Amino acid sequence: MSRRWILWTPLVVFGLILMLVLWGMNRERDDFVRSQLIGDQVPAFDLPPAVAGKPGLSSADLAEGTPRLVNFFGSWCIPCRAEAPQLEALAEAGVPIDGIALRDEPAKVAQFLDQYGDPFQRIGADRDGRLQVLFGASGVPETYLVGSDGTILAQHIGDIRAEDVPGLIRAWKAAP
Amino acid sequence: MKRVSAMIALFLALSIPDIAGAQQDGGVDAPFANTQLADPAQEAQARDLMYDIRCVQCQSQSIADSDAPIAGAMRSEVRSRIANGESPDAIRDYFIARYGDYITFDPPVSALTWPLWLAPILIIAFGLWLARGRFRR
Repeated sequence: MSRRWILWTPLVVFGLILMLVLWGMNRERDDFVRSQLIGDQVPAFDLPPAVAGKPGLSSADLAEGTPRLVNFFGSWCIPCRAEAPQLEALAEAGVPIDGIALRDEPAKVAQFLDQYGDPFQRIGADRDGRLQVLFGASGVPETYLVGSDGTILAQHIGDIRAEDVPGLIRAWKAAP
Repeated sequence: MKRVSAMIALFLALSIPDIAGAQQDGGVDAPFANTQLADPAQEAQARDLMYDIRCVQCQSQSIADSDAPIAGAMRSEVRSRIANGESPDAIRDYFIARYGDYITFDPPVSALTWPLWLAPILIIAFGLWLARGRFRR
């Protein structure tokens, strides 16, 4: 008689598992793998120019005294086209933007800039995508806010939408 | 028989544009993305680790299985570091430093993951405790 409660434990355990499943199914999900380098110095790199007439990009360029955005893009990447007007707006607002052309060819990058606008001060060519791994990036487009001393301050995953622009400008103005 | 060969032809036709699609981004593969190391022992070491590292693009696949470009870049990173004499654990830590514990399929014991190791022991202990009377009789 005193052991009667034991008969109920399977049901209680089942109830707990059910609650766990319901919680797991209903919780807000974030499928992005975020870079763990926020707050760290930009990893050392040196990329050749991605197009003629514009300098390439190195980690030293990112620590030269002004906060800036670094945008991973590719001429083959459709969301990058959707993002182009927002980058243009950021550049017009005075935010310096450097680009990293991912797995791309000079002629295609030039064509992309012709067609969708060119907000970049420098564009480095990452032909084999190794810089993505160096930054802890997981996709394209992706944008990093880098402080004046070359510290990575924030990561924006996915294309920058119109509603993201004011926040990015604020973050850039507040950047040390 | 005719139908079978027609289906095989259809499968081939459907798969070929896919292969071409993977090359359309205009990139080049990192040196060791799809090239094995010359030393079989090193390659085996690299391969074991590659099956343990998650592809950040297709997250349920390891970088050994995934055809995503970034998985290629990560495979190249693994192989070139193995070739330079780095230990697999050090390389795993390199990826964890960039992407967090989620990047490895063999998560380290942490504040979040210790129940994974402890729970089975507790459950077995509880089961033995429940069954202890049966053994005594």
